[in-house]
Amino acid sequence: MKTLFRFMLVAVLALAAPLAAADEMLIARSGQDFEETMSTLQNAIVRHGYTVARVQRVDIGLTAKGYKTDKYRVVFFGKPAEVSMLSGKYPDLIPYLPISVAIFAEGDNTLISTARPGVLAEFYPEPELQPIFMRWEKDLAAIFDEVREAR
Amino acid sequence: MLKLSFLSGILLGFASAAALAAPDGAKLYAQNCAACHGEAGNGGIGIPLSLPSFHATVDDDYLRQTIRLGRPGRVMPAFSQLKHDEVEAIIRHLRSWYQGKPPIYSAAPVKGDVKRGQSLFEKHCAGCHGANGEGGHGTGVTFSRPRDFPIMPPALHNPGFLASAKDALIKTTLAKGRAGTPMVAFGQRGFSDRDLNDVVAFVRSFERAPLAGSATILETDSAILSMDSPHDLKTTVENIKLAIGNNNFVFIREQKLESGLVPEGQEAPAEHIVYFCNFGLLNQALATDPRVGLFLPCRITVVEREGKVKMLVANPKRLSRIFNNSELNEMCDQVTNMYKSIMEEAAL
Repeated sequence: MKTLFRFMLVAVLALAAPLAAADEMLIARSGQDFEETMSTLQNAIVRHGYTVARVQRVDIGLTAKGYKTDKYRVVFFGKPAEVSMLSGKYPDLIPYLPISVAIFAEGDNTLISTARPGVLAEFYPEPELQPIFMRWEKDLAAIFDEVREAR
Repeated sequence: MLKLSFLSGILLGFASAAALAAPDGAKLYAQNCAACHGEAGNGGIGIPLSLPSFHATVDDDYLRQTIRLGRPGRVMPAFSQLKHDEVEAIIRHLRSWYQGKPPIYSAAPVKGDVKRGQSLFEKHCAGCHGANGEGGHGTGVTFSRPRDFPIMPPALHNPGFLASAKDALIKTTLAKGRAGTPMVAFGQRGFSDRDLNDVVAFVRSFERAPLAGSATILETDSAILSMDSPHDLKTTVENIKLAIGNNNFVFIREQKLESGLVPEGQEAPAEHIVYFCNFGLLNQALATDPRVGLFLPCRITVVEREGKVKMLVANPKRLSRIFNNSELNEMCDQVTNMYKSIMEEAAL
């Protein structure tokens, strides 16, 4: 009886424990070097029907200002017609457009990370947007898998 | 005989179907854990999971709860989207790195003197785990930058840890340490059974204390910060450029939202983005958590709709939650205030 009570107490405490923020990021570690990973990432983005709009060279800016850093870029991409439709109908969504992926070196490895687009659903509940966020999330998961598995 | 073979065939069929349907723990680990804990569990942003000393001291319940609850404010998220069998598959994969038998702990509380435990904790544990058990600083991310420890000392005053670790687990870890990490075996350093119990009682007392700052995540109910501008789009953009200089930022560039997506000259004209940066702050943010670069450099979008001009930015407080890193809280607050100050100035 005592054991059962303890078990129930532990279970209740566990259920009552505050959760960390749910996994809101996609992160992948690539075995390729930075340049190869960048190429794999951009090819995967294009293969999924997106256009790479720009690559922000964060490391160049930091180095120019005298800070020591490893390679660090941010890749911005989107589907032109989709970005146009979304920004036209939902201007409040613009700060999150286009989609971006950070890519940075860590020793011999390269890491890529992005926020899960599904997170946006919490703040943009319009039914029309939900399938778009879900497709972005599915596409990004597939892109991240490609980068993770590339050798 | 024929009946027996038939039955065996059916059973084998069920077994193979079950094996085929079982989630692939290695794949799930690669997708959800490897980026931080290393492909082979050798650690990185997260603690090393392949060490025999780790497996010898943690039970499956600890792993299960840790995956489910995460560590609020300490980068490790709560993997609430994983199904039960997926979590179990990840645990099986983790255990495949260990040849020994994992421990099974009783949930019975360890009784000890909290006050005496606090004194021992302050003397022997606080140096790494923090005076209040809030954990070591730095995300443990290498990123070619210096960090305080090869492994970030875990936060013990964290609801995720306290709900995952039974008293017996904490006591065993204290006594045996974690070979391969800076955690020493206090059982071999003169700690008596009473000492161990008292420290465990003190660690458990964190449950009754207010939430540690390191476990706090910023809350907000808005994904963006926005402000109306009384000026036209062009003037607003020029005002922002002036205001960013006054707020210690450097102007980087101005572009239209669709720039790079459609041929030059065909971009929608009423959506301008002003990019700017404070390189000292950027360096500090990346050193704290390199993933934040995702939302950098800083940007304010200026949108004109039916003659009305609005300034918009992604709310840094909401972004802070995405990273589940309490060490970004102060910076996110700071950047929020800077964004507001720039927009207010631009709207004057």
